[in-house]
Amino acid sequence: MQFMLNQTLIQVDECAPDTTLLEYLRTHLVQRGTKEGCASGDCGVCTVVLAEPDANGLRYRAINSCITFLGAVDACQVITVEGLSQSTDQLHPVQQALVDQHASQCGFCTPGFVMSLFALTHQPDASSSDNPLLQIHQALGGNLCRCTGYRPIIDAARSLLKNPQPDQFDAQTGSIRQQLTAAQASDTGDITLQQGNEAFFAQPRDSQSLLKLMARYPDARLVAGATDLALETTQQLRPLPRLISTRRVAEMRRIEEQDEALVIGAAVTYSEAEAALTAAFPPLAGLLHRLGSLQVRNQGTLGGNIANASPIGDMPPVLLALNARLRIRDPQGVTEIAIDDFFTGYRQTRLPAGGFIEALILPRLQPDSLLRIYKLSKRLDDDISAVCLAIHLKRHQGRILEARLGFGGMAATPARAYQAEAALQGQTFTADGIQAAQQALTQDFSPLTDVRASAEYRLRSAANLLLRAVLEDQQQHSLEVSHYAHTD
Amino acid sequence: MRTLTEIHPASKPQGAAGESVAHDSARLHVSGSARYVDDIIEPQGTLFAAVIGSRIAKGRIRHLDLQAVRRAPGVIDVLTLDDVPGHTDIGPVFPGDPVLTRDAIRYAGQPIALVAASSEKAARQAALLAEIDYEIQAPQLDAEVALAQQQLLRPSHRMQLGDCAKALQASPIQLQAKMHIGGQEHLYLEGQVSLAIPGEDGDMLIYTSSQHPSEVQKLVAEVLNLSFHQVTVDMRRMGGGFGGKETQAAPWACLAALMAAKTGRPVKLRLPRKDDMQMTGKRHPFVNRYHLGCDHEGRILAADIEVIGNGGHSPDLTDAIVDRAMFHADNAYFLPNADIRGHRVATDTVSHTAFRGFGGPQGMLIIERAMDDIARHLGCDPLDIRKRNLYAEARDLTPYHQQVEFDTLQRLIDELESSSHYRARRTAISHWNQLNTVLKRGLALTPVKFGISFTLQHLNQAGALLHIYTDGSLQLNHGGTEMGQGLHTKVAQVVARTLGVDLSQIRITATRTDKVPNTSPTAASSGADLNGKAAEQAALTLRQRLSDFLAEQQGIAASEIRFSDNQVCWGTSQSMPFAELVQQAYVARISLSATGYYRTPKIWYDRETAQGRPFFYFATGAAVSEVLVDTLTGEYRLLQADILHDVGHSLNPAIDIGQIEGGFIQGMGWLTTEELVWNPDGQLLSHSPATYKIPAISDTPPVFNVKLFDHANTEDTIYHSKAVGEPPLMLAISVWSALRDAISSLSDYRISPDLDTPATPERVLMAVEALRQKLNGDRR
Repeated sequence: MQFMLNQTLIQVDECAPDTTLLEYLRTHLVQRGTKEGCASGDCGVCTVVLAEPDANGLRYRAINSCITFLGAVDACQVITVEGLSQSTDQLHPVQQALVDQHASQCGFCTPGFVMSLFALTHQPDASSSDNPLLQIHQALGGNLCRCTGYRPIIDAARSLLKNPQPDQFDAQTGSIRQQLTAAQASDTGDITLQQGNEAFFAQPRDSQSLLKLMARYPDARLVAGATDLALETTQQLRPLPRLISTRRVAEMRRIEEQDEALVIGAAVTYSEAEAALTAAFPPLAGLLHRLGSLQVRNQGTLGGNIANASPIGDMPPVLLALNARLRIRDPQGVTEIAIDDFFTGYRQTRLPAGGFIEALILPRLQPDSLLRIYKLSKRLDDDISAVCLAIHLKRHQGRILEARLGFGGMAATPARAYQAEAALQGQTFTADGIQAAQQALTQDFSPLTDVRASAEYRLRSAANLLLRAVLEDQQQHSLEVSHYAHTD
Repeated sequence: MRTLTEIHPASKPQGAAGESVAHDSARLHVSGSARYVDDIIEPQGTLFAAVIGSRIAKGRIRHLDLQAVRRAPGVIDVLTLDDVPGHTDIGPVFPGDPVLTRDAIRYAGQPIALVAASSEKAARQAALLAEIDYEIQAPQLDAEVALAQQQLLRPSHRMQLGDCAKALQASPIQLQAKMHIGGQEHLYLEGQVSLAIPGEDGDMLIYTSSQHPSEVQKLVAEVLNLSFHQVTVDMRRMGGGFGGKETQAAPWACLAALMAAKTGRPVKLRLPRKDDMQMTGKRHPFVNRYHLGCDHEGRILAADIEVIGNGGHSPDLTDAIVDRAMFHADNAYFLPNADIRGHRVATDTVSHTAFRGFGGPQGMLIIERAMDDIARHLGCDPLDIRKRNLYAEARDLTPYHQQVEFDTLQRLIDELESSSHYRARRTAISHWNQLNTVLKRGLALTPVKFGISFTLQHLNQAGALLHIYTDGSLQLNHGGTEMGQGLHTKVAQVVARTLGVDLSQIRITATRTDKVPNTSPTAASSGADLNGKAAEQAALTLRQRLSDFLAEQQGIAASEIRFSDNQVCWGTSQSMPFAELVQQAYVARISLSATGYYRTPKIWYDRETAQGRPFFYFATGAAVSEVLVDTLTGEYRLLQADILHDVGHSLNPAIDIGQIEGGFIQGMGWLTTEELVWNPDGQLLSHSPATYKIPAISDTPPVFNVKLFDHANTEDTIYHSKAVGEPPLMLAISVWSALRDAISSLSDYRISPDLDTPATPERVLMAVEALRQKLNGDRR
């Protein structure tokens, strides 16, 4: 495989496929500007920026290099902090803004912030937002700083958005794009990186090739964004010798706008799906901004979130509420399965052996439907839900015809609250009308007490979230405190 | 003969003390070229080590089998307690911290062995293969149970003023409360790391991320059975410390050094984040109680306060930390009759340790809680109760009998009350809360009075070493360590001002035990106070030598000579560039290198009588926080924070504001979202940033006004500045108090809710529910 490290083309002949990009940068290439903070994608210290060709030139996105496999940057430009400035006397505008605002103290998180800010300023619509603070929070929510309290970093970001300055990367777009296209063209087979005869990182181009590889290597692991899978190597130190990536599988990379449904390929990342998802389901916007960090959303995929069947994934409750279906492909062909039937137990699903999720089918909202989505966590940015709730109601003349409540964090799998749904049937959506449903939640769920929340808190707040939905519906304004976080 | 460097024309000096110059490493930070220990290019042949830690919290090792570890691919050597040639206990003040254990297990993660391999991954994978047969006992994790069973790490201590019991009995109003205060993980973004490089004749060079290089030197020498002069510790910068690298950096340096000595090869030991979080101590959790008597105005007449610090398995610094909690149980308030008792209990966890504030925050929290409780009891605004209880004329003696200079804080609070529009906002908030049923706003102003000095007297000393080279450039070294707080920048600014030269002429080098020996930890907010003074002394010595030389040469009095603008001036208009004078002095054989030394005057404390002057002075400040609370879920946001903080005459306003803002947000994290969770088996469940949530960018309040209260320190500190590292952390108590204010609004401010910390959304919701139940009960 080939990739560009800043301006230099790097050819990788052999490397263990579970090598992370961070490990490769720091250990193999001895590029030590990029730091390791947690090796689990939770602190953003190791942030680098990937540039890839798109319709207009290059698309820049910040990622956590600690949970990105080397194979996944094949034919990308990897931009690191060392690549931004010619010298400490000629800093990049992003770097200079941070110096000017006294925005580094210990400096260990700083390269990560530099890269996230670099990516922010290279978004096509960077300086046109009507809420720059929200934009800054979203861009930097995945970068932890333990020293500054963030104020000077926010000020640096504001100044950069206000006074956009061209840099050397703008000038080089054309030539980088050319080199990357050539690098991709040089990948001839499915296997783009290997070590010896047994270990490899494969990137099939279509579903049929993927099926073939899966059949040939039944023990190989399927990898999409790797935001969860990579932890097996960085945290549990488990070797992952055979990895098959979905990042180039054409059928999994599409977004289809159908009349009745929005169809999103399983390997589409959250960031890529965001515009289509929020257009079709406006209440999803708030959740998408709090689903992991931007670095995670730039890598993580909707399919991956479902396939790993974590009880605390944030999209499955929404998919349950929306009555989504999964398009499954296996050697027998393509089938559809309702999301309701998919999750069977803790990290267990009905995915057939040798098969994979190819796409998600999300039925569109009806004019009379009400959708509310709530996430409760200790921290607003980049935290895992204690409780996640998606409420989807169909009403007629003030009465609830159909209710679907998708919950995360309440059971071993993402789950619907069937008893509560039944209790809502025929009721008005009022404080009185939901009382029976609130009580029924204790029959639907016996949640766990864990590091995130107690069972008691989960049950009580879940019931209260139903009330919040009622009050918001009545008052027609948000009762979420998070709405106050991003306004001056 | 060598030629001396050409001298360039002088310019106006830049960056002297008092100016907001950038951190000396800012350009290196942003360009990725600031070098941390893990970034040092390893010498050829370096081994990478991984720790084999206990999987259980309490019990014994029945059988330890490391055969599979030794046989694992890439493994070069394994080290156990049997391989330690010298001391095996590395307790920093008191014994109790074995470098490795082969028998008793006292906390989950306790190091048992070290494996070294040709790569980091190989070492870590090999470490998983240890087969250890444990005899498991049930860990004891509860501080109150530990106190009841007299499981004490050190004797309890007591401070008294007046006759508390009698005054309490005579008080018309009495209040009591108890609260649990959570600990805090440091979460410095650079984890613990050391690189040990063996030299000739048994020497050892250690690169480590440590706030206390001299202690690392001592402990490495002791475990290796070497003289201290054989060990050199080099520390350029840390990626954050916050107290977590005061004592907790040493074990990893010792282990790396032991393995390096054993194998004869350089050894790097860098803890993975999970190990770091499981194997190193945290801020002490506390359980505090008060029993107060006050008059109908809310003035405290008697305060009986008990603080219980949970020290974990060993003393570490717990003695001094609980002392500091006791020294701050008054915070800014006069307690005419006080009885303050502090206990240091042992539990079966990692040994809790220094963390910014060093017990002070935990002590302060209980009296700030009391202020709110008194206010609710009397139906007053808590700010009025606070102001009535402030130290004041004839009400200026602390429970440890130190006199307080009280007027600064009074003026500061008045100024903040006005600049933050506290009263107008209070009215607006009360009105808003009446109109909104689900969301409630809360407001609070809390002060901070923090004692500056190490309470262990001998630590209040510092040294510096200053060289002037013949081009006029200077190299500066001092005993303080740079962890991001801008210490090196400030100390260099002091030298720049003393010698009247550009800051860019001064280069600060890594803190090294072979340059300045026997240094204190960079802790207790003392870095700039102590090392700034020591560096000033060194600069003054050199200035005097140069002045004497010039005076003799020119036939003038040395006292007429001024050093400013990169020039040396005398008479009405005579001058020469600083570098020229340096060159002439060199040729005239004047020594251009000097040490500087400083010890803090006036301080003492008699432990027997619990009286004295432990602090040279107090740093003060106050904050107003406004929060919004969702009473359905317990979620909240900090909407606005206004801070006025006293750093005396600032050495560097930009750096000081950075310390204040950063300390405040870190304190807010401690009191809100940062929750340490141990399971009943003694395993830390919140062992990664995925489960342990420090503040992120959206937690910074959208309105954040921070100002310096520019007012000279009346004590003779470096340029009359004040220490700034720790005190601002406690400004965040205003956030917690504002949360309680918002909850209290549900009772029309009649009930003061219990709200243990960290006040997670869950605890806030439970406090809301408890208050509602109480209200319903009252109605019935």
